[in-house]
Amino acid sequence: MTLNEIVKLLEGEVLIPDTDLEIEVPCAFASDMISDILMCTKEPTLLLTGLTNNQVIRLSDMIDVIAIIFVRGKQPLDDIVEMARERGLPLICTKMTLYRCSGILYNAGMRSCKI
Amino acid sequence: MNEFWHIEPRFEAAVKGYFAQPPQAELELEFPVPEKDFNTAGNGASETKNLLKRLGVDSDTLRRIAVAAYEAEINVAAHSKGGIMKCLIYDDLIHIRFQDEGPGIADMDQAMIPGYSTADELVREMGFGAGLGLPNIKKNSDALHILSSANNPTTVELLIFF
Repeated sequence: MTLNEIVKLLEGEVLIPDTDLEIEVPCAFASDMISDILMCTKEPTLLLTGLTNNQVIRLSDMIDVIAIIFVRGKQPLDDIVEMARERGLPLICTKMTLYRCSGILYNAGMRSCKI
Repeated sequence: MNEFWHIEPRFEAAVKGYFAQPPQAELELEFPVPEKDFNTAGNGASETKNLLKRLGVDSDTLRRIAVAAYEAEINVAAHSKGGIMKCLIYDDLIHIRFQDEGPGIADMDQAMIPGYSTADELVREMGFGAGLGLPNIKKNSDALHILSSANNPTTVELLIFF
């Protein structure tokens, strides 16, 4: 599934201009706890989360995050978006809940990342 | 003082040999880890990973080093009065040592249980406090040594072989 398809399914808003939406996303993980994300992500993964602080961007320095979907209408501050832009990390916002996003993507064939 | 050791069985001899007579490091890095400073927390882990990447360490080992170092760095920022992260880099391994200024781990056995956390509200709001910090460090390290007690500084050190 491409990032573009994911944006459409989740009625998402792309936060960084000129983001490459044709990149392939093989799997996803969803959590609001940073240690869960670190423990469960061992391959390139789409991250769905309600966290919008700088540490969630920092995670992409440690593990291979393909893109971040901010759920429940949460909007990161400008400096957080800038951190992601510097790292080439796509950011997408959606008003949907974490549960709903996960269900939609799962039904569309997105697998869970290997843990 | 309370002590915790975890050594992956296949590295037992190498780890004991290392600590019995630590050799001169090829490279040393040091990062301050200020108390509750979540703007800079993670810098040390991130910079160490970048350096090791340039030195050609493989991606799975890099991820393990980054995750273990990051969790430990966050622990120092979240739970202590601040401390220092020191990396000793050799041809075949990295030794990362975190030394803080207290207040120490009162119950080491509890601290190692996945899900147990003493994180305060500020720390939890940041997305930490899952109670997986130390278990995650243990899982990603080839050797983990913790020395601490209530009202004393804590030392956390880990070894990861390349």
